[in-house]
Amino acid sequence: MNLLEIENLSLTIGGTPILKRVELSVAPGEVMGLVGESGSGKSMTALTVMQLLPWAARATGRIAFDGIDILAASEDQMCALRGDDIGMVFQEPMTALNPVKTIGEQVAEGIRWHIRASRADAEERARKMLDRVGLPAAQFPLSRYPHELSGGQRQRVVIAIACALKPKLLIADEPTTALDVVLQAQILDLLRDLVAENRMGLLLISHDLAVVTEMADRITILRHGEVMEAGDTARTLSGQFHPYTRQLAQASMHVPARAKTQEVGQGKPLLQVDSLTRDYPGRRTSLLKRAAPIRAVDDVSFSVDPGQSVALVGRSGCGKSTLARMVLALDGPSSGTIRFRGEVITGKSEAELRPARRDMQVVFQDPYGSFDPRQKVEKLVAEPLHVLEKKPTNTERREMVAKALHEVGLSPRDMDKYPHEFSGGQRQRLSIARAIITRPRLVVADEPVSALDVSIRAQILDLFAELNQKLGIAYLFITHDLTVARAITDQVMVMHDGRIVERGGTSEVLDHPQSEAAKALVAAAPDLHRAIARRLQEQG
Amino acid sequence: MTAYLLKRLAIALATLALASMVVFAVLEIIPGDPARLMLGLNASAEQVELLRNQMGLDAPLAARYLRWAGGLLSLDFGRSYTYSVPVIDLVRERVVVSLPLALIALALSTVIAIPVGLFSASRRGRAGDTIAMGAAQLGVAVPNFWFALMLIYLFAVWLRLVPAGGFPGWSAGVWPALKSLLLPAVALALPQAAILARVTRSALIEVLHEDYIRTARAKGLPYRAVLWRHALRNAMIPVLTILGLQFAFLLAGTIIIENIFYLPGLGRLVFQAITQRDLIVVESVVMLLVAAVIAVNLLVDLSYAVVDPRLRSRQ
Repeated sequence: MNLLEIENLSLTIGGTPILKRVELSVAPGEVMGLVGESGSGKSMTALTVMQLLPWAARATGRIAFDGIDILAASEDQMCALRGDDIGMVFQEPMTALNPVKTIGEQVAEGIRWHIRASRADAEERARKMLDRVGLPAAQFPLSRYPHELSGGQRQRVVIAIACALKPKLLIADEPTTALDVVLQAQILDLLRDLVAENRMGLLLISHDLAVVTEMADRITILRHGEVMEAGDTARTLSGQFHPYTRQLAQASMHVPARAKTQEVGQGKPLLQVDSLTRDYPGRRTSLLKRAAPIRAVDDVSFSVDPGQSVALVGRSGCGKSTLARMVLALDGPSSGTIRFRGEVITGKSEAELRPARRDMQVVFQDPYGSFDPRQKVEKLVAEPLHVLEKKPTNTERREMVAKALHEVGLSPRDMDKYPHEFSGGQRQRLSIARAIITRPRLVVADEPVSALDVSIRAQILDLFAELNQKLGIAYLFITHDLTVARAITDQVMVMHDGRIVERGGTSEVLDHPQSEAAKALVAAAPDLHRAIARRLQEQG
Repeated sequence: MTAYLLKRLAIALATLALASMVVFAVLEIIPGDPARLMLGLNASAEQVELLRNQMGLDAPLAARYLRWAGGLLSLDFGRSYTYSVPVIDLVRERVVVSLPLALIALALSTVIAIPVGLFSASRRGRAGDTIAMGAAQLGVAVPNFWFALMLIYLFAVWLRLVPAGGFPGWSAGVWPALKSLLLPAVALALPQAAILARVTRSALIEVLHEDYIRTARAKGLPYRAVLWRHALRNAMIPVLTILGLQFAFLLAGTIIIENIFYLPGLGRLVFQAITQRDLIVVESVVMLLVAAVIAVNLLVDLSYAVVDPRLRSRQ
């Protein structure tokens, strides 16, 4: 008998249809992967099972969990189920824990509530659970606060909360999306072990086909609130019978067509970084004492040639963003020099940096947070123009904006719109338009596609490739995603603990990593081809 | 944590010193010679000069400031020009009325506002919320003296439960004294509670959108438990800020209410001292209020650190 049985589930929120006749089931000990792009209704399906929907939501159909009719259950019955028989893990570990309560309190709270355990008993069980998820007592006493833990550690706490009472069903909504690949692999291993230990059913929600393929026995593909295809993971993904399944699979493996770039090493490098170091002052341990400074970037040297596309990969916290900020002259190094177009840019005043700023631009990760919502597109895209020597007239400015919009595949008519009128992918196009309007020679892109759905991501990668060819812009791509590095860059630099530990041609490094750090990254990175092949092999 | 504490303390002391200079300077600038005022219109120039000399008013500005500030530190506020008694005695008599009044009003305002804020936030956009916030809007808009008059009419004139005004003194017993502070405290508290309820509501609504609220609900806690155990403490920072500001207002801004209820409080003392050009009393009381406000703000800063562990570990 299935543990969770969803039949003909439809959901509207304030009259807007969100889910249409969704069918889905999870058996005990089974991993069901629920895949879809943003807005497809994956999270809403999970929240319907938990009955944690906004109060304007109306659900029809049938959800049976362990013989209980969820849609007809009272709030008291649901409270008894949540956290006891059904646990849930969320996407964003940085905000999923209450900042003012210790991790011990937060894990023990559910235990005390459900089984009426005494404080001491609940804390003992919480301790065992934290040990189980890989947070040993010596380093992680119950009295730790969430802000003292890293993202991966916090996600372990969230899993400990969800699994504290050995639930029959665990719902994990993008549990690893916010983590780097090595942490992702660790958390996925942990979830797999917990499933095996307790014969727990796992509903794994993800936008990442490769992750789901590695984890799930069966898969359900959702689009616009409707199930497109469902079935055995390996068969569904290797067959790719449904056009949407095929589209998703191709988009996640998409590699833009790029002509071979110019020979490396011709002429002078565009960017030359020499023994760059950045220290941050240590934490104040008492009034007069500080801990030793933290070295975020440690004696880094490298160069980027004109028109070259270089990836800077590494785990979160390895210092790649600090390095990027220094390259952009947004942060000064503790020592070392950066040369851009042959000129030293370290230690210069803002006025002296102006000509350099014209030739270097940036694209950030979050297409939602990087625009002022009250400004029109014309003004937003024209922002970098103030670094030009001669201020363009209004007509010139409109022409330049129109041209930049055209180059990124948007219509010049879009310039009188506001950012909220655009989708996530279009907004990322806007930030690229903003970056190329001054005709820069270097664009630093900090995780520019990691917030985008796979199909949009494929388009944006194509755009980056095209602009590289057409305008000869050099890229410094900061990413933890090796598929992105593989798709768009000629060279890869692997960063670990503030140092660049390996550099070489992208496919060489990714196919034959030499350093420990690069090997760990490559081994942990989910790969759809590999995952499907392994699944098929297992099943014979 | 110690560093945070010491830094806050240093800032508080510096503010206090700066405030004393400003208070002293402002009262130097405004026209009106206390000596002439004390002696009346018929006094001769020599008499005025003699008194100015006795009172030390002819000393240089810096010297007078230092003497005054030094006196403050040893709680010697000087003598009132009009009453010819030590200012400290005047203040002491009044503080025992104003401080309990402010504290009762603050307690009332908190006790009303936080449950109303919780209620409204948890029923956001529904009828209960609309009614509660409509009432709060009214509370903010209606001046407190009007509330005071209505309260007097209802409870003192009509129901005859409490006296309409005056203060019997604490020597008359705790209950009679408290009873006479009750109506003014309610009149003071209502508009403050209205503001605080709105702040509590909006802070809570923001917190209720946080991911950790969903985590807490996914644990199986009922909504009410989530509200009290997880949301409220996180919403406390803006609430504490407003509470600190309100205490300052309640201590110093009660002149109208004290007049309506005929209470011998600090507000009335300052008001009278200003009309009588009793500058030394004005200076002293203002400084006392400044010190109280700074102390309360220091307390608020420290309570932030109690509420939020992240502030404890940051410098």
